[in-house]
Amino acid sequence: MAGHNDEFQRLDARIFTPSFFVLLALTLIGFFLVGVRYVKGIGAVTNLSDGFPWGIWITYDVATGTAIACGGYAVAILVYIRNHMRYHPMIRSAVLTSMFGYGLAGASVMIDLGRPWNSYNFFLPSRWQGNSVMLEVALCVMAYSMVLAIEFLPALLSAMENSDWGPFQNFVNWLHPRLVSDRESLNTGKEWMRSAAAKIRPRLDKALIFIIALGITLPTMHQSSLGSMLLIASTKLHPLWHTAFLPLLFLINCIYIGYSIAILESIISSYAFNRPFEVRELSGLAGIVPWLSVIWLSVVVGDLVWRGQLHAALSLDFYSRFFLAEFLLVAVGSMILFNKRMRRTPRWLFVSAALIVLGGALYRFNVYLIGFDPGKGWRYFPSLAELMITVGIVSFEILGYQVLVKLLPVLPRMARRGSHARERGARLAGDAT
Amino acid sequence: MRRQSRRDFLKSVAVAGAGVLSCGAAAASSGPGKVNNEELGLLYDATRCVGCKACMASCKRVNAASGSLAYEHADWDKDELWDAPQDLSGSTRTVIKLYKESPTRWSYVQSSCMHCQKPACVSVCPVGAMTKDKTTGIVEYDKNACIGCRYCQVACSFTIPRFQWEKTIPQIVKCDLCKNTNLAQKGIPACAETCPAGALTFGKRKDLLADARQRLKESPDRYVNRIYGETEGGGTNHLYLAAYPFEKLGLPDLPPEAPAEFSEKIQHTIYKGFMAPVALYGTLCFVAVKNMKKQDTDEHPEKDAGKRRDE
Ligand code: SF4
Ligand code: SF4
Ligand code: SF4
Repeated sequence: MAGHNDEFQRLDARIFTPSFFVLLALTLIGFFLVGVRYVKGIGAVTNLSDGFPWGIWITYDVATGTAIACGGYAVAILVYIRNHMRYHPMIRSAVLTSMFGYGLAGASVMIDLGRPWNSYNFFLPSRWQGNSVMLEVALCVMAYSMVLAIEFLPALLSAMENSDWGPFQNFVNWLHPRLVSDRESLNTGKEWMRSAAAKIRPRLDKALIFIIALGITLPTMHQSSLGSMLLIASTKLHPLWHTAFLPLLFLINCIYIGYSIAILESIISSYAFNRPFEVRELSGLAGIVPWLSVIWLSVVVGDLVWRGQLHAALSLDFYSRFFLAEFLLVAVGSMILFNKRMRRTPRWLFVSAALIVLGGALYRFNVYLIGFDPGKGWRYFPSLAELMITVGIVSFEILGYQVLVKLLPVLPRMARRGSHARERGARLAGDAT
Repeated sequence: MRRQSRRDFLKSVAVAGAGVLSCGAAAASSGPGKVNNEELGLLYDATRCVGCKACMASCKRVNAASGSLAYEHADWDKDELWDAPQDLSGSTRTVIKLYKESPTRWSYVQSSCMHCQKPACVSVCPVGAMTKDKTTGIVEYDKNACIGCRYCQVACSFTIPRFQWEKTIPQIVKCDLCKNTNLAQKGIPACAETCPAGALTFGKRKDLLADARQRLKESPDRYVNRIYGETEGGGTNHLYLAAYPFEKLGLPDLPPEAPAEFSEKIQHTIYKGFMAPVALYGTLCFVAVKNMKKQDTDEHPEKDAGKRRDE
């Protein structure tokens, strides 16, 4: 948005921290296993079967990962639709997380698809099969990823405009000394990029609001459709979860997860990068979450009563226990957030947001995996390799976030600007991360 | 948050979810779809089947080119003499299983695609790789379109489509009534052509149903009084007669409404003519632009650390 770029800053800290290398190692293991999958087939690395054709990749990476990536969506509703501009400083980090979340959901889909070379069919309207919920999800998610990239562009452009390209130059130097022998042309190139960025940015600022509106429409559509996906499995999904309200439940679920994640992310990065906690913004967000989750919980209970499944929920069998776990996690988290005083302490904010994210994510696991029973003889528990691919993908996500906040103005500008504090912050951040 | 703004917030969430909400009510009423009895199908009579598995063998021979070639050897078969698939798989489109209640009471049961009247697999496939032929009703798979998402496997109540998990270039495998092989050449699927015991009959659904009813009437003691597939899951073109309850033979107990009927109704209510998403987008644009304008005239009051703005 015009005039808001000064709200954000780059984090001045080392990139190559110990955690960088740990995450890099996990990422590489994951990528190696992905290689194995492409050579030897999906069966060689997973425990998937004809009864459980979707496992942890779809359940976690896609169905749950995109909900966790809804921070950008949830905060955008608040900032641009509810017009709470005071949350604006949170939006870039939220959008960045969303970008990673969705990008990597897309990547895992490509790993999961058995015949990915045919996926160009998604771009041929003649091949579209209009009844397919998956088609709707796929198109929306692809469009939304593009929207996220455009929403994030201002950060990139302002970085291009204002930076001296020092790290880039250093990187090129380090990469290959001979590459930069022609210093002159490199400099004019840099100038050109800088002025191009300066030209594009104001224009983009004008159109951005329509992109942002699209960035709220698309997740509304595909998040509810992620619930619709399992409507068809009427005989396989346990009646605790199979309901006509799946689309609505998934939609509300992703919004309260989105806000909770924005809270968690802010607290964690404040802690990790030793920045002050944004308690005032966070307690504001935290005031909304319990209302959403209470609506969600009431729909869940009301629907169970309506379908006469309440006894199944309380029977304490395998399914009922997972249901109660999901229910209580969300309920307890919301109870904490209803308390004004607790809402103002980072510790309780963290605990309650974590409970709600866990409960909300467990709900999606229940629908996609735990409550899914294809019949006698079928069992599924993810294999180690399958899990490691997911771990690798998540590590890559965190790694990218960590590096990008140090290269681009993403995080909210710190309230205390004393150079002393900032230096100390940067030094500690280098150690902590 | 102040009370006022909280209520407004919930209101805007409600507006956003309104389209979704309305579907809950619409989904409650739902009748069975129309059944087309002119479509082609199979009638399997478990009381006639002698378990010779000739149907399995001829199915593999005839359809070798479409993914179901490989022979599956049992663990005990060190010399690899027999083709002994335990279930349907990426190499096997039809299989004869044995249900054994006691040494004297047992039954064979065939397993293959049911060729549903309203197939879930066709309903969910995003790229139209599963199709149902309008006149014959045969549900066919096209590996050149398939992206391998395996949604068809999740969707099928009978767990029929199988995936080639061990292959670098995998595909879905399921029965297509020999549409492009034996049926095209000889006018009959290989299994029905081969069966020496008359356990598998091929024909139009209405003829098969009439035949089945006749058999039920002639020898009521022989059968459970029910034609499986007549109404199950919206009706199937592959029909069953048996002497034991069908659930025991591994056939799921399904309501008469096709799962695809239910899910499509909800999805189509939400996306009817694409009106809800377009309306949502329009509203969002309107509100966002209005807020932006207000923002610009207000000279960034939100920067004021002490105060907050709220309408
Ligand atoms: S039985 Fe399964 S695979 Fe066969 S038509 Fe019905 S839904 Fe499709
Ligand atoms: S696996 Fe292939 S046939 Fe099955 S739903 Fe996906 S694209 Fe369609
Ligand atoms: S060929 Fe006929 S008798 Fe032999 S196993 Fe198949 S259905 Fe049964």
